Amino acid sequence: MLSVILIVIAAIFFTGIIIRTKSLASGRKGPGILQPIRDVIRLFRKGVVYSETTSFVFQIAPTIYFSSVIMAMLVVPFGQSRGVLSFNGDFIFFAYVLALGKFFSIIAAMDTGSSFEGMGASREALYSMFAEPAFFILMGSLALLSGHTSFHEIFAALHIGSQISYALAALATFVLLMIAMIESSRMPIDDPKTHLELTMIHEVMILDNSGFDLGLIFTAGYLKFAIYGALIVNLFIGVIPFQYAIPSFFAIQFLMAVSIGLIESFMARFRMSHNPQFIVALTSVSLLIFFGVLLILQKFM
Amino acid sequence: MHYLTIKNNQSVPVSDIPEVSYSAFLVLNTGMVAESPGRHCVNYYGYREGEKIKLICCIAGDPDHVIFVSSCLVDITMELASFTVKNLCFEKFEREIHENFGIQYTDHPWLKPVRYPQDRFDKKQTIANYPFYAIDSEELHEVGVGPIHAGVIEPGHFRFICNGEQILHLEIQLGYQHRGIEKLFLEKKQLNQLATLSENIAGDTSVGHSVAFAHAWESLCGFEPSRDIDFARTVALEVERIAIHAGDLSAVCTDIAYQLGSSVFGRLRTPIVNFMQEWCGNRLSKGLIRPGQNKIPFTQALAKRLSEVLDTFEPDFTEMNKELFNMPSALSRFERTGVVSVEDASAIGAVGMTARGSGVTRDIRLSHPHSLYPELQHEPIVKRHGDVYSRVAIRRKEVFQSMNYLRSLIANVPEVPEPLPLKALKTPGAGLFTISLVEGWRGEICHCAITGSEGELKHYKIKDPSFHNWMALALSVRNNEISDFPICNKSFNLSYSGHDL
Repeated sequence: MLSVILIVIAAIFFTGIIIRTKSLASGRKGPGILQPIRDVIRLFRKGVVYSETTSFVFQIAPTIYFSSVIMAMLVVPFGQSRGVLSFNGDFIFFAYVLALGKFFSIIAAMDTGSSFEGMGASREALYSMFAEPAFFILMGSLALLSGHTSFHEIFAALHIGSQISYALAALATFVLLMIAMIESSRMPIDDPKTHLELTMIHEVMILDNSGFDLGLIFTAGYLKFAIYGALIVNLFIGVIPFQYAIPSFFAIQFLMAVSIGLIESFMARFRMSHNPQFIVALTSVSLLIFFGVLLILQKFM
Repeated sequence: MHYLTIKNNQSVPVSDIPEVSYSAFLVLNTGMVAESPGRHCVNYYGYREGEKIKLICCIAGDPDHVIFVSSCLVDITMELASFTVKNLCFEKFEREIHENFGIQYTDHPWLKPVRYPQDRFDKKQTIANYPFYAIDSEELHEVGVGPIHAGVIEPGHFRFICNGEQILHLEIQLGYQHRGIEKLFLEKKQLNQLATLSENIAGDTSVGHSVAFAHAWESLCGFEPSRDIDFARTVALEVERIAIHAGDLSAVCTDIAYQLGSSVFGRLRTPIVNFMQEWCGNRLSKGLIRPGQNKIPFTQALAKRLSEVLDTFEPDFTEMNKELFNMPSALSRFERTGVVSVEDASAIGAVGMTARGSGVTRDIRLSHPHSLYPELQHEPIVKRHGDVYSRVAIRRKEVFQSMNYLRSLIANVPEVPEPLPLKALKTPGAGLFTISLVEGWRGEICHCAITGSEGELKHYKIKDPSFHNWMALALSVRNNEISDFPICNKSFNLSYSGHDL
């Protein structure tokens, strides 16, 4: 339960901090940290406009997308405290419940019949597909290392390892951070600020969404980021007491937001055709972790 | 001699332009363009002469600094062989003649509407039923963008035929911005109205177009601009170039999502346009250029201000360029994106930065210099690769070049003589033809005027650099990713209203 509360608090500030970092980096003052949340509240008060060409799929998709993120949030533990749900193989549940939400947002984009949204949907599907092996090889390696198959037990067991397991945790942080960037459509994969439909990935899929539905999609996006942040925090805190673990949770989330803001300020977006290369390269980093685990377990004879 | 050889800004009686038969006209003009790479068509248009249509073709001979003008009288009912089959650069001109007068071509490959003028020949052709090129295929898909776009830009429709992410073909439909500028030139009688009109042909090139108009008008009136007038025009043209190039660099950075470049170049444009505000009371230089007078003289005080502005501008601009042109993520977006080959650029008659980015040396400041350009000994900046990188790099270098020109110009500000009374500008002579070429920041601007028996404007023809360069954009995106279209588009930064008139 603790993890859910922490993730929600982090999600409230996360996007605001990214935007503030970008504003400061370009010499502007920028909006308040809570502006994204104010925007979402404004959207929640609004009605929804549906295009006449869409079917019921388009109407239910934002809700399913939002609930899939909530479901995924429930299995994320926090150190010693379990997630609301915790069972063997919950990391597989985590990945596929998110995929379910993504599937619905993809078919909803196709449902609008817009050529832009179809393009965005195909890009999103391709990139998630490439990102999937990275996540599973990573979690599989950690499961192998710890001998457990649920988030809570894996993370609890992880900290007692040798120094090399911290090296693995650093690599794992990189992989998870990049997956978070891909899943949340941030730079350098996607440019969340652009107004050009032809270069968008995630934004173009939600062009037809409005009002309450759009608010749900935004909220889900903010939560998703904080969820991945929480996974990263879990790699490090293990079973240290809460009075240290909770501040370090927020510190790591804050650092993550600032570093994303800095990346987005000081580099250009990748060319679209370089994205798959970049994402597939993540899998090789995951494989490195896998070999590290095999070394630790002395499986090589 | 079947053609008349004139200089830039020279007026000649219309009756002096030799009139030849259409077949000779065709052979003459296509032959002239074909035989020398230094020649290109600057304007080819028609106007009504009684029941018939008079066609006038102006070919610029860049190495000799001359323009070859020839004409031909044709019947509307005649079916003509097209120039386009021999030289692609005539393609759009012939489409325009076809659209305006209904002249039929036997072998024109692409006889589609250009800009839907009110008095077009075939009223059945409307903006809603443009005959798009289509491919019947299960695998390919079409993407239509516009005419209303996501950013605050002008309207135009882009129709892509794509294979997945790859663009196979792009067709650009324009005409949404047509305001009938050329017709308004004939309707408005006061000089001030005409000058204001010329400033608004393309909002981002107000200096370029108003200088072109002023030159044409002064030439018709037989007025020789004094040194201070030429000086003010040259300075204004170069300041406009710096301002727009800096803004373009910012826009290019926005499109590759490079935030730092986007905000720094955007900030750098501001002091330059603010200087124009100090000079003439308008950041886009409206109201500055008027035929026959130096309306707002460039003073010593302004020269001091400009040198201060440039001194603070230069270090920041240099530093930001160093960042941008050394950043791998930016270079990987620029290089080999949106390539226009040398062959394509010269075949379609590209002008300005677009042509120079593809290795075609085409610059009016060198080939047909006006104002103080002969003194500046202009050397065009040319890049060979024809990609986005080339066009962006040309902007960077041209800004530095313009700064040097400005510094050398303002070192020696000419005295402003007692303002000449406006009467000094006589009314235009009767039955004259004149051509005025100006290198605006985007490229070659061409204004052609013909006066009637009373000295009134009988026909006014404008050619903005965008007219030909839109085709360069359509060619450049072929086989590129569709997500690279915005950056290609921004690297050309073409005008919709300049094309649509």
